[in-house]
Amino acid sequence: MKAILADRFQLQNYPITQLLNFMAWFKRQAGELDTSGEKKVRTEGLWVKCDDCRQIIWKKDLEENLNVCPKCDKHFRIDARARLAQLLDDNLYEVFDSNLVSTDPLKFVDLKAYSSRLKRAQADTGLKDAVINARGKLNGRPVIVSAMEYAFIGGSMGAVVGEAITRAIEQATDTKAPIIIVSASGGARMMEGVISLMQLAKISAALARLDEAKIPYISVLTDPTTGGVTASFAMLGDLNIAEPGALIGFAGPRVIEQTIRQKLPQGFQRSEFLLEHGMLDAVVPRKQLKPYIARALEFMAA
Amino acid sequence: MRPSTHRSPRAQAAAAPAVANAKLVVASAEFLLSMVETRWSARNGDNSTMESGLRAQQELERIEQQIAKLEAVTPDEGTRHQIEELHARVHALREQVSAHLGAWEKTELARHPQRPHTLDYVERIFTDWSEIHGDRGFGDDPAMVCGMARFHGEQVVVLGTQKERDMKQKVYRNFGLPNPEGYRKALRVMKIAEKFSRPIFTFVDVTGANPGVGAEERGQAEAIARNLREMARLRVPIITAITGEGGSGGALAIAVADRVLMMENAIYSVISPEGCASIMWRDAAKKELAAQALRITASDLSELGCIDDIVPEPEGGAHVDHEAAAALLDAALSKHFAELRKLPSGELVASRYNKFRHMAQFLRVEP
Repeated sequence: MKAILADRFQLQNYPITQLLNFMAWFKRQAGELDTSGEKKVRTEGLWVKCDDCRQIIWKKDLEENLNVCPKCDKHFRIDARARLAQLLDDNLYEVFDSNLVSTDPLKFVDLKAYSSRLKRAQADTGLKDAVINARGKLNGRPVIVSAMEYAFIGGSMGAVVGEAITRAIEQATDTKAPIIIVSASGGARMMEGVISLMQLAKISAALARLDEAKIPYISVLTDPTTGGVTASFAMLGDLNIAEPGALIGFAGPRVIEQTIRQKLPQGFQRSEFLLEHGMLDAVVPRKQLKPYIARALEFMAA
Repeated sequence: MRPSTHRSPRAQAAAAPAVANAKLVVASAEFLLSMVETRWSARNGDNSTMESGLRAQQELERIEQQIAKLEAVTPDEGTRHQIEELHARVHALREQVSAHLGAWEKTELARHPQRPHTLDYVERIFTDWSEIHGDRGFGDDPAMVCGMARFHGEQVVVLGTQKERDMKQKVYRNFGLPNPEGYRKALRVMKIAEKFSRPIFTFVDVTGANPGVGAEERGQAEAIARNLREMARLRVPIITAITGEGGSGGALAIAVADRVLMMENAIYSVISPEGCASIMWRDAAKKELAAQALRITASDLSELGCIDDIVPEPEGGAHVDHEAAAALLDAALSKHFAELRKLPSGELVASRYNKFRHMAQFLRVEP
């Protein structure tokens, strides 16, 4: 081919630079159509697609709407800091027990070492583990909030999360401040094995004391709340309330599907399903969450 | 064959070939045993230990059966001596093997179909058993048995998850997987115990979460959570024995106790090795690795400070000898019960709280 072309157009008579230009008629030069640089920077992260209704949403609109889809009301997952900002007055709060770190008790290694997973999660989230304890005010009333961080190894509960939540409960008991725990977790942290399991007992025991002291405890279940977290503190609130559409259960839906070898019905283990079966006190949209909790605390607090 | 006290002339005539035969069997048993011994001592690395341990145990069992048959035909002095020697060697090797059993092999032992189940222990350790049914809300859960009984004459409450051996019974008991009403029944019975100041004994042998639609609809998470909270403040002594599988929340729901004892070959875990393998390794076949990594054996749990005592099992495991297993468990229960009953109830609740409050504190404080 080259030889024929060269022959016909007498290419050997052209200088080499012209020859390259000439060849460009036939061959696309690498990187010619790569427009990623400039354009991508302009649009990246500005738009978000809703998983449920496929609506393209301007991110700023979404954030102004508390990360709830303006079209279909899907509640997007939000991180622990955003949660605290939404619940506590003026986004003012004091974080406590944020310096607890797991010691990797089992020296657990699967496809990756747990210690490296931990480091990665710490770098990604800027947290030491999957929960933030905060003291702040909710409509002027001093409260304690423990907000779980799903982005930290699936919000899983190991020794640190267990201890942090227990300390938050103890602080509520001691200072007689109501406590709100916002769950977002896949359950117990497998990489800490039975250590994680024992956190269920520890937290529940602390809740027994809180209960005896008659301090209000409101459990807020968000997407997702499953496994050992559901089977302990998330279900032990004086009120258990959930955001719409949150996955809430003990056994995972995939495990159930594989065991019973049937497709699960639409909406199984979602907030509305649990409400219908009497397992939740209310399903509260994110926008009404703070007023709802404030109303409840008004009722409960002395 | 049974040894007969009266030997007819005909039997005496038959004895000569029997003795020759016995010698042959002894020789073959000896040969088999030496094979097992060499294979066991030649094993290297963790993985091959995990595979070979259970196999060695099974082979030893077979050899012992052979010897037992031999003993029955009363061979001559020389053979008897040989048999005794064989016994000693089997015994020694068995001890070695069981000391090196891997976590997966313990898991298989913990799930052994012939392992004594809750009602087997109830029958052997307690008297005057009378069952209490129903959660007064939805139904009765046969996977959780509860009742009144006497422990060495003392009035107590006993409850536990119940597995079965034959298929019909297994289905009836839902393979020992409680539904929410099972946990609620257990709590109801524990509250009765508290009201009448009776100690509580619980037996745990449960695979894990109940993967059923009904269990989710009726709130198994809520039922387990409530048990955890309420058990932490019951004002009577609670002793738990993990007899087989201690499977995650389902086990813990009846195991928030003053004393948690674990049988030597039982396991206690946050998730089944298979479940962990399929999530973390994306391959359920990696269950042996997962079992090892999760640290689920009695000695692991003891090292991690999550149980109070390990109950020895008869040689080869509880399934070999139910009577002996029950006797060993009875002794351990008696010992801990004697200690607990000395405590006034206020102190009891406080020390139970402190135990769980300070359990599993594997964390450090960074500046």
